[in-house]
Amino acid sequence: MSYIPNTDADRAAMLKAIGVNNIDELFRDVPEVLRYPELKLPAPLSEMEILRELREISEYNVDLEHAPCFLGAGAYRHFVPSVVGHVIGRSEFYTAYTPYQPEISQGTLQSIFEYQSMICALTGMDVANASHYDGATALAEAVLMSVSVSRGKRRKVVLSAGVHPEYRTVVHTYTQGMGLTIVGEEADPLATNELANIVDTDTACVIVQNPNFLGYLEDPAVLRALAEAAHSKGALFVVSADPVSLGLFAPPADYGADIVCGEGQALGGGLNFGGPYLGFFACKQQYVHKMAGRIVGQTVDRNGQRGFVLTLSAREQHIRREKATSNICSNEALMALAAAVYLAAMGKTGLRKVAELCYHKAHYAARRLLALPGYHLLSQKPFFKEFALRCPRPVDEINEYLLDEWGIIGGYNLEKDYPQLTNTMLVCVTEMNTREEIDLLVEALSPDSFVRENERWGSDEEVAA
Amino acid sequence: MKEALIYEISSPGRIAVNLPDCDVPTTSLPEGYLREDLPLPEVSEVDLVRHYVRLSQLNYAVDKGFYPLGSCTMKYNPKVNEEAAKLPGFVHTHPYQAPDTVQGNLFLMYQLQEFLKEISGFASVSLQPAAGAHGELAGVLMIRAYHESRGDHKRTRMLIPDSAHGTNPASTTMAGYETVKISSDARGNVDLEELRAHCDDTVAGLMLTNPNTLGLFDEHVQEIARLIHECGGLLYGDGANLNAIMGIVKPAELGFDVMHFNLHKTFSTPHGGGGPGAGPVGANEVLSPFLPGPIVVKERVEEESDEWSDEEELYYYHWQMPPSSIGRLKAFYGNFGVCIKAYTYIRMLGAEGLRQVSENAVLNANYLLSRLKGVYPLPYDRTCMHEFVLSGRLPDAPDVHTIDIAKRLMDFGFHPPTIYFPLIVPEALMIEPTETESKETLDAFADALIQIAQEAKTNPELLHNAPHVAPVARLDEVLAARQPVLQCLK
Repeated sequence: MSYIPNTDADRAAMLKAIGVNNIDELFRDVPEVLRYPELKLPAPLSEMEILRELREISEYNVDLEHAPCFLGAGAYRHFVPSVVGHVIGRSEFYTAYTPYQPEISQGTLQSIFEYQSMICALTGMDVANASHYDGATALAEAVLMSVSVSRGKRRKVVLSAGVHPEYRTVVHTYTQGMGLTIVGEEADPLATNELANIVDTDTACVIVQNPNFLGYLEDPAVLRALAEAAHSKGALFVVSADPVSLGLFAPPADYGADIVCGEGQALGGGLNFGGPYLGFFACKQQYVHKMAGRIVGQTVDRNGQRGFVLTLSAREQHIRREKATSNICSNEALMALAAAVYLAAMGKTGLRKVAELCYHKAHYAARRLLALPGYHLLSQKPFFKEFALRCPRPVDEINEYLLDEWGIIGGYNLEKDYPQLTNTMLVCVTEMNTREEIDLLVEALSPDSFVRENERWGSDEEVAA
Repeated sequence: MKEALIYEISSPGRIAVNLPDCDVPTTSLPEGYLREDLPLPEVSEVDLVRHYVRLSQLNYAVDKGFYPLGSCTMKYNPKVNEEAAKLPGFVHTHPYQAPDTVQGNLFLMYQLQEFLKEISGFASVSLQPAAGAHGELAGVLMIRAYHESRGDHKRTRMLIPDSAHGTNPASTTMAGYETVKISSDARGNVDLEELRAHCDDTVAGLMLTNPNTLGLFDEHVQEIARLIHECGGLLYGDGANLNAIMGIVKPAELGFDVMHFNLHKTFSTPHGGGGPGAGPVGANEVLSPFLPGPIVVKERVEEESDEWSDEEELYYYHWQMPPSSIGRLKAFYGNFGVCIKAYTYIRMLGAEGLRQVSENAVLNANYLLSRLKGVYPLPYDRTCMHEFVLSGRLPDAPDVHTIDIAKRLMDFGFHPPTIYFPLIVPEALMIEPTETESKETLDAFADALIQIAQEAKTNPELLHNAPHVAPVARLDEVLAARQPVLQCLK
């Protein structure tokens, strides 16, 4: 089944019109000795068979519809309203191409224009692009953009250790050919105010994440001071933000951001094992010509009717080639559409309510867990939907126990990325976690339960002996 | 036909979701941290749905009709792929779950890595890049890392043919290299003499698309590979045009060292209006250590002695960073949801099916070319592969441009081909039918283009004022760039 309508009769007629005897003749430019290699691939399956096989493969996974989950760290289980799937499932949207021919692509173009508007609403920025691949690459592009704003003269980046570790790695990957100096990652992720000390006139940008990777909300006054420190030295202030948090907390424009970017997966995108996700990106008006990615603009047609087109294309690879702001071509348009539908469905009150639910449930979980002996919060700073929990034993051990004995997926092991944070778990609680699930987690971690399990099965050492 | 903006149909107090009440005791919010206003729309679910349904109906799409965009491979998107990607066991998995709990996902990604290796002849594949351009960046960074690892710091230049897609030079710049343009010769091949003159020890490599953006298989591809390798450079393959050669030839055997795939072109995953796609990258033995990671590896698991599991080989799948990896190119692993669709496609077609894809793609293109070559100027008169390039410069209609031809095609119910690319053909029209179109569709398209060529002579105003039947008339792109209005908030 290759979805090929041509019959043998069609092929014969076409070969005749072309003036060759068989299809082989069309490949005469291919070196003969290399032609028609054997491809050792499994025998083809019918639709019925492949669906059965895929269902079996998917059932080798533990999925989150069957296990309470307290794992976040940059990918979140948030509620996806049914309307999202029904809109992005319309084949007029998902089988359309990039809207280079605007007259017959107004659906895509207008929906992206609306998405851009909503991202500006969330972040307080003046302009937004049509998407990057994810939050990490959006941040990397923010770095490239900041260097470009300085016309390549500034070669230093101040990067907070509170930014997602994988995002920081991606920034390094993207800039490996550029000879930049990236500082700040070795500092305390909670000491954001101290970053101001390492900003100088060689700094292209200062980057923080809010809430940071450990879940903490940065004090807007501290961020405002840091923004001022950056601006006084001529550097840009870049904030990587959780978009759901922006339903409740101050938009980064309020505390001096020049660029706001982040991961939009939480806005109507499923977890999907890490992708496809959505990098949102927005900036102040004065930097729009340095912004990468597609941008949709409003215009009129020959009859004076409003319409939308891709615009400011002189920045992009298909026009500027080696001088383009970025190489980005295909982006995450359908995920941006999902985010737009989500934001429109939630609206100003709904998004705030989602954020409040996350906040209250995370704080309830933290309070109950702190009542257990041996559990402490890393810091008393305010947090949003995640918090760093110091535990009485190694996180991997706790998670294995939680999964095997209780069918619960525990939080993220912070020691992997922050060696000083031994036995510290990043616990995430969203609006999808019920009170029952939170109470179950607390019950599972209470000393009685742990002791009971150890008594039943013996510790590892006893079993091995 | 105008559709109101979502903000224009908002009304305070409306909402399109209902959320449960808070089931836990509340905690006070931190003062001074909250926002005052949140200017998002407020619509009911019925208005929301109608808005997006009406918007969707303004779009052209593959599911509506023919989309002969050169180098985009707008083939039909099988619906079974969509079903596959929606399986809850896939959708509801978190990237940071312990590998033990996501063996299904890891198995699927491993298999896809293996399939792409087999199709291309490369030794290893990384599924991490999220788009073709992302894969290109990976490839160029890998070439750079390779030279650096050998202490070879002189190589600062990347050779790129003048027919190349804009992402090639853009990716080169991002990786820190200088772009050097190499001309194409009169037959549409890379100019060998010019290439030979540029090959020295300052060259990092050549980025080659084969078949190229003219739709032509380079008649000297093996010689090109030899020249590049001889001067110590590496050959990057832009795999956008892989639809022409699956089961016909393996790119690695032609001499490519590294290549990206476009799953949203060759492997039938939908374009989504501009993504998500996926741009996996394959590498030979020499470059495999530098792949972006992590990638999926497998190891044999000790079996318990059990009569009935004798024949089964048990494997454990997990992540591994290639030993000299250029690093992560994005967070997490890659566009897994897109990978599922490509996996499904390859499993349904098999080796024979993939070869038929390429054979029929090339046949369809040559047939369409045979119908049009007498009507529109054909700059390179050779057997084409899966696409071909005509010029819109009709001798009897000097005032008619490719843009007019493109807009007039819309009135016939077709999406225009790629226009004004490649840059080396003035007034280019790049046409790629793909294998999923019937002869009737090809004939109807040819008939339309032939009629438009006539109209260009007899009634050019019809073309200049096209499109006539689209939801909007021709849009003013100059105004959009001169007076940018990029969002609708006050």
